[in-house]
Amino acid sequence: MIDVRAVRADFPILERKVDGKQLVYLDSGATSQKPRQVIEAVARFYQEHNANVHRGLYQLAAAATDLYEGARAKVARFIGAAPEEVVFTHGTTEALNLVAYSLGEARVKGGDEIVVTVMEHHANLIPWQVLARRKGAKLVPVGITPEGELDLAELADRVTGRAKVVAVTHVSNVLGTINPIPEIAELAHRVGAVLVVDAAQSVPHLPVDVRELGADLVAFSGHKMLGPTGIGVLWGRRELLEELPPFLTGGEMIREVWLERATWNEVPYKFEAGTPPIAQAIGLGVAVDYLSSLGMEEVRRHDLRLAARALEGLLARDYVSVYGPPAPEARGGVVAFNLRGVHPHDVATLLDQEGIAIRAGHHCAQPLHRLLDIPASCRASFYLYNTQEEVDAFLAALDRVWKVLG
Amino acid sequence: MSPYEEVILEHWRNPRNKGRLEAPDVDVVEANPLCGDVVRVQLKVRDGRVEDVRFDGRGCAISQAAASLLTEMIKGKPLCELKGWGDEVLLSALGGVIKTRLNCVLLPLRALRKGLSSR
Repeated sequence: MIDVRAVRADFPILERKVDGKQLVYLDSGATSQKPRQVIEAVARFYQEHNANVHRGLYQLAAAATDLYEGARAKVARFIGAAPEEVVFTHGTTEALNLVAYSLGEARVKGGDEIVVTVMEHHANLIPWQVLARRKGAKLVPVGITPEGELDLAELADRVTGRAKVVAVTHVSNVLGTINPIPEIAELAHRVGAVLVVDAAQSVPHLPVDVRELGADLVAFSGHKMLGPTGIGVLWGRRELLEELPPFLTGGEMIREVWLERATWNEVPYKFEAGTPPIAQAIGLGVAVDYLSSLGMEEVRRHDLRLAARALEGLLARDYVSVYGPPAPEARGGVVAFNLRGVHPHDVATLLDQEGIAIRAGHHCAQPLHRLLDIPASCRASFYLYNTQEEVDAFLAALDRVWKVLG
Repeated sequence: MSPYEEVILEHWRNPRNKGRLEAPDVDVVEANPLCGDVVRVQLKVRDGRVEDVRFDGRGCAISQAAASLLTEMIKGKPLCELKGWGDEVLLSALGGVIKTRLNCVLLPLRALRKGLSSR
């Protein structure tokens, strides 16, 4: 079991007050807070090791390169991958844009189909829309059940021989739904389609082994898993990464350059044009150390306890509508909801006045909100530093919001 | 709990001039697509003044309360004066609005400006 008191002592920001009230941070689904170990590692890199990587012939540059590549090895181990399959990007969004571009160039032609779901974050939807337009391919959406689960029967129907790509989120950032990726992988691979998984909400919160997932390409962000902003990861099966053309071009991603042409570096460097986010990658490596030392099974159990308590409290309030599966085990650590007749922005602002930070809006999932027929929703999300007391404070504050605006 | 300014809550609970006018001289709708707030403002104009006004809409308490308050503020006022109104006129009438919610407050004012721009 996670010693949440000891964990909280590692997160300096959790001591701060908002308008004199203790901060209750329930928006880790948007970005997580950072432990001092990560903050110090980033500062230490700039103070002691700063140099560009893979170029310099001096010792400082060699040390910086070792730290950067060391971070890659840590991330690889964390997700059960080989280091050369781990591409550092600036975040999930860039990773998915890379995939949509490069996979699109290599595999998608006019008339082909790209299967997406209505629960995707815009980052796993818009790149596919753009690709479909560019290639004259067709975007095929898959819906959800009334319980907020992916409609697997519909998915099975939609993944036909015309499908070249299936793009799906591992955990919905609104509904919290955990999608059965291994099952979806089977459907995709049966017709020779590539399975692309947005793991931005899963890798920070669940034990994830990319081999067990069975996906072909998996993207996630550092900043949602205790790491710095500006660093993300694209994992891909090695032979697929080797097949794909580069996305961004320039320095570092080349082997030999002539005035009129160039050859590409090997993976993963082929996909890392320009100076990478070095300090951020090192910070992510330390974040991964932190998560590993607690154990992802324990992190999951802790999230689940909090989400279950929140879910139970929300479902017990008749003025609250909850979106997504009612069973906490079917979800990641996010819970989206609305108060009857109250705009979510009013809920968020009133909670903020009590120091409680939740998200309100469309959470970059407008098609899903349109389907649910709501303009926006409130979302509370939990992480390893949140406590049961914070969940209770949040629920009690909701009752006060309802008294004021209901 | 430190609630919204009392004036906002009061207008949210008891909106003034809410509804529709028959044959309005100005009829304009403005929306914040990001949050789904919508405000419609209708004016009856006589001798260059706002003779009557109604608003309608849906959305957060702040946008709807601001719209209600704005209708009270503009009734009887000459259009030429309203055209010169800056954001601060409404903001100070609402008494201290949280900076994260400026777009909500200013939605009805944007609607009014859009309606007056052709006159």
